[in-house]
Amino acid sequence: MLRCSTKVLLTAGLLLSTALATTTVRAQTDLTKMQANASDWVMPTGTYDNHRYSALDQINTSNVGKLQVAWTFSTGVLRGHEGGPLVVGDVMYVNAPFPNTVFALDLNNDGKILWKYEPQQDPNVIPVMCCDTVNRGVAYGDGKIFLHQADTSLVALDAKTGKVVWSVKTDDPSKGATGTDAPMVVGDKVFVGVSGGEFGVRGWLAAYDVKDGHQVWRAYSEGTDKDLLVDPEKTTDLGKPIGADSSLKTWKGDQWKIGGGDTWGWYSYDPKLNLIYYGSGNPSTWNPKQRPGDNKWSMTIFARDPDTGMAKWVYQMTPHDQWDYDGVNEMILADLTIDGQQVPALVHFDRNGLAYVLNRDTGALISASKYDPAVNWTTGVDMDKSSPNYGRPTVVQQYSTEAGGEDVNTKGICPAALGTKDEQPSTFDPQTNLFYVPTNHVCMDYEPYRVSYTAGQPYVGATLSMYPAPGGTNMGNFIAFDASTGKIVWSDPEQFSVWSGALSTAGGVVFYGTLEGYLKAVDAKTGKELYSFKTPSGIIGNVMTYMHDGKQYVAVLSGVGGWAGIGLAAGLTDPHAGLGAVGGYAALNSYTELGGTLTVFALPQS
Amino acid sequence: MRGFSRAAIVVGLTMTLGTAIAHADGSGNPAPVSSDDGKYMDKNGNPTFKIGKDGTVDWYTYIGYLRYAGNCLQCHGPDGLGSTYAPSLVAALKTLSYGDVLQIVAGGKKDVSTSQNLVMPALGTDKNVMCYIDAIYVYLRARSDGALGRERPDKHEPRPAGWSKYEDSCMGS
Repeated sequence: MLRCSTKVLLTAGLLLSTALATTTVRAQTDLTKMQANASDWVMPTGTYDNHRYSALDQINTSNVGKLQVAWTFSTGVLRGHEGGPLVVGDVMYVNAPFPNTVFALDLNNDGKILWKYEPQQDPNVIPVMCCDTVNRGVAYGDGKIFLHQADTSLVALDAKTGKVVWSVKTDDPSKGATGTDAPMVVGDKVFVGVSGGEFGVRGWLAAYDVKDGHQVWRAYSEGTDKDLLVDPEKTTDLGKPIGADSSLKTWKGDQWKIGGGDTWGWYSYDPKLNLIYYGSGNPSTWNPKQRPGDNKWSMTIFARDPDTGMAKWVYQMTPHDQWDYDGVNEMILADLTIDGQQVPALVHFDRNGLAYVLNRDTGALISASKYDPAVNWTTGVDMDKSSPNYGRPTVVQQYSTEAGGEDVNTKGICPAALGTKDEQPSTFDPQTNLFYVPTNHVCMDYEPYRVSYTAGQPYVGATLSMYPAPGGTNMGNFIAFDASTGKIVWSDPEQFSVWSGALSTAGGVVFYGTLEGYLKAVDAKTGKELYSFKTPSGIIGNVMTYMHDGKQYVAVLSGVGGWAGIGLAAGLTDPHAGLGAVGGYAALNSYTELGGTLTVFALPQS
Repeated sequence: MRGFSRAAIVVGLTMTLGTAIAHADGSGNPAPVSSDDGKYMDKNGNPTFKIGKDGTVDWYTYIGYLRYAGNCLQCHGPDGLGSTYAPSLVAALKTLSYGDVLQIVAGGKKDVSTSQNLVMPALGTDKNVMCYIDAIYVYLRARSDGALGRERPDKHEPRPAGWSKYEDSCMGS
């Protein structure tokens, strides 16, 4: 009897899981298929693998110089515009910074507004958004548009009408938690993370059901094994089980509860391995002395099962951060040939100045190379598997703010807290097998000091001043990087940090924007500039492309702001140049003003 | 004609006065007239800076530089110069008085309209700000008056005798 019921239950269970699996697979197939259609741009990252590469080749190296502005659209908001639009069929979806307006534009009718959604949000959320009221884009899936609002409301809008289908609150902005990230949809789930590392917000990634918005799982960056969604025996770190209480053991007392590790970057997905990838940000506070230990799992790359949230592997890049080198930058999934071996790689250009290559299936570390020669805080990662420090960066004492200690100004650290690269995503071109990376070339002095925690108030704990890396006045470079060899192939200097997401195309042209406001097109092979056009404001948005009515378009948001707008508006000075060396470097506010415009480019009618 | 001359004289006088009071800001003349344990006061009793000929700054200006960068720079940009996100405090302190600054910092400020969304939080319960508010004010006053450049203060007066005790009791441990 018992056996019989068990069997029935088992069968029922099996049937149920088969049914569920079928639904999941179908939904996945839909977006997986859709992302392969180069005419559309169905997700913020272009494709699940975060390549930001388009197979469109109408615009190519010989004709890109003739590019013209086809049409423009003002979002009505004068703030930092990160992210970029989606194109699904005949409709473009574009959103703005706070108040996070979303527009559906009719591509058949010169971008006529099909619908507009403007949430009512308490403006008190504005000052808890560290570094501008940015939003990195909306996601499409299941006939809906998903928006993670500043106030941490995750909203599902009907893609046809803009009507709210459901809305859930993911965190508490009164404690400093905010939504700035672009969600990702996989199957029947939508994934979002949280911002707030400068307010001591404990980071998490969560999956919500696309149909009704109920939370399916939530995995924290710090806390108990149950909160982390890890299996002490099966979840691995560099091939070894992470063991029990892997996070708790690396914090003093209860500090992990306000430990940061926020998850405001980009998410990627491998349908074959059924794993999602993302990174966690800085541990709170910026004063390392105040939080002894490795502060796990801040600054970590996570590989998780999208259905259960369970972590397959983790890798902490910057244990016990002392410089604010968040680990949230995009994880690019590319199959590379390294030393003659085919590797299912994950390539990540970290804030800390190292380009990491891992096996995305196993989490094995393959290489970590500097992608800006200025990087000086580390001599590199210990790659000796028998070393107790295997996988850890070797920190140069001179640039250690922990070694320097509280109330001591540690000078000349490269990169600055902006990182060698921030959230602005790179692109991978499978034709050249190169990564094109927008970078910062800025160094800093960093002085940590004691701070006290008050919920919802900044919890920073360091003074820093920034200036261009030694030997030049350029604050940025746009580089081509070969991840198989760890070498920079070419590097185009830029006056300011390059804070725009890049796009590579089958036409052999790579696009990016600059803080002065130029959209630039360069030759993928040589980096030679082929086209540039000055848009209304500085560009911190990501370039995308699509095809409509047989014609290829390139689009980018301009609207200066974000960390770049705050740090660089008034220009940098060299704190070591002595008295009187004021305004030594270019000030961004001599080039551009606030804005909020989408500029769409195309070739002229032939 | 007569009226015109008079106007010209008034203008001339104003200009002379303006030159005489080299550093007038929202709190008036910043010249220090008294001090108490490393903290300088102007004739109205407002906290003020004292910068020696060799560039040595008073303790409050120095601490203000550090705490500004930790608590205010994230919105108002390096050296008080403003950003794409929040206004320049070097400019604002030319008209705001010490009392105005205290009120805005403690209570916050909102300027939300169709063209802009400027919101400053109420920081009245934030110890990282309020325990150092006089120092932050003194630093910004020196910046606003042009007495201090953009660089980090190179030399400063020694830590006042009562400072550590004050800091511990204000911040809690």
